[in-house]
Amino acid sequence: MSTMLAVVGTVPDSNFPLTHGQIQLVNNHLTINGQNIPIHRGTPALLAAAVKTSESVKGPDIYAFLVGDIGKGDGSRALYQFIVQNLYAFEFQSLTFHYLQPDVDWHNKTLFAVENMKSRPILIADAGYMYAAKMSGQSSSYDVFTPDAGEMAFLADEIAPHPFYTRGFILHQQNSEIELIKRAYQFQNASRYLLVKGSKDYIVDADKIIDIVDEPSFEVMEAIGGTGDTLTGVLTVLCCFDYGLAQSSIIAARTNRWMAYFANPCPATQIADLIEKIPDALSAVFEQSDVRSFVPD
Amino acid sequence: MFGLFKKKSSEHIKKTQSRQLIDRGILVFEHTSDVIQAETMLTKSGWKVRVMGPPPEIQTGCDLVIEIPLIEELNIMRELSQKNIIPVKMVPVDNPLLEPVSLFQNKDYGDFLMVRAANMKITIKKKGLKIVNISGGGCPDVPYLAQEMIGQTLDEVPHPKTLGHTLCGYALALAYEELCQQCSQ
Repeated sequence: MSTMLAVVGTVPDSNFPLTHGQIQLVNNHLTINGQNIPIHRGTPALLAAAVKTSESVKGPDIYAFLVGDIGKGDGSRALYQFIVQNLYAFEFQSLTFHYLQPDVDWHNKTLFAVENMKSRPILIADAGYMYAAKMSGQSSSYDVFTPDAGEMAFLADEIAPHPFYTRGFILHQQNSEIELIKRAYQFQNASRYLLVKGSKDYIVDADKIIDIVDEPSFEVMEAIGGTGDTLTGVLTVLCCFDYGLAQSSIIAARTNRWMAYFANPCPATQIADLIEKIPDALSAVFEQSDVRSFVPD
Repeated sequence: MFGLFKKKSSEHIKKTQSRQLIDRGILVFEHTSDVIQAETMLTKSGWKVRVMGPPPEIQTGCDLVIEIPLIEELNIMRELSQKNIIPVKMVPVDNPLLEPVSLFQNKDYGDFLMVRAANMKITIKKKGLKIVNISGGGCPDVPYLAQEMIGQTLDEVPHPKTLGHTLCGYALALAYEELCQQCSQ
């Protein structure tokens, strides 16, 4: 498998320049165009998980579009502009948008740029970019959203422009994910597939829950920053195989849980310690899974 | 007869509410970090202001506004301009605004305690009150805030409002304040 997949996101360093290229994992650091990025939560955690997964399953190379942004939005806007102007020249099997400043105008321009690509990649949205996608009213243009429980409540609230404004009566339903999922689809604020991360992971296809993954279970995962990013990173790679998005989501959810199993985490565990366990986790999932290994013959 | 009375009453209530609501205006800023600065400054000076969600017609994606009593507009604007925090515009409001989340959830992990506000979570080790993890959120300052805050105690860490620039940063600040309050009891 040689076709690349791509991730668009930010690095928490205001001096990090806009850059794009193939990304690698060397000595617990990501490298891109000669620059090192430490693996912490956010897009670097997603990328590190994606690289680890791809190495384990002989998957595609990983391309990244990155920029430094510490929340002021300047880096994100520069990256949006670059994507809008240049994406047509690239071809990817999947394209994952991640920690970007939510901005509806730039989101809409980005979506137009995706439509102008030679072939439309699988589109995954998570974090800030998912917020913008929902607020723009164009959630259904995406193949997969990967919300956590709080973000699921936000998707279910048809008037909230950001999780910060999710109304109380919807937040109170956080233990009834099924209702929230229904409501998100009812108001067209969900992608075709949803992978809802939580104490139970829900895999949803067009408002039908097709699987619930809840084993092995580690309550402390909620406290560890970056566990959602790793899940999206694993999914980004798996969805490039021929298993379909639903099955890829199920395997990604299981892998993230087995990653925790092998790391034996506590609430103070850092995400880099979990990412190391992805190869073991994938092996465990394939051994126990009803799907064959992704590793080609 | 009763129906007519009911209708008149509800019209009266609506008019009264409308009169009350038109007393408010919102200050719109270019960046959420300006809102955070303005709120901190105005609250310190004793103004009764609230951070709220902007009305749909001016939402861009990650924004807060400051609700002020209209009658105090001139004084508030003067104070803000003295500190060089200039709003983009002031808009009178006659509709309810979105309220920031005010629901906090705790999770007790034994030696550790996690507090969540909206989509942001902060976890400390109870002994020593050291911040050990920050999770959730999706705006680009979340990884930055985590980088700056993890490993420090609640006492020594800079307030997230001084570091954050987005709604996720603001939500983390609320979780942090809630955690500080719980730990001081």
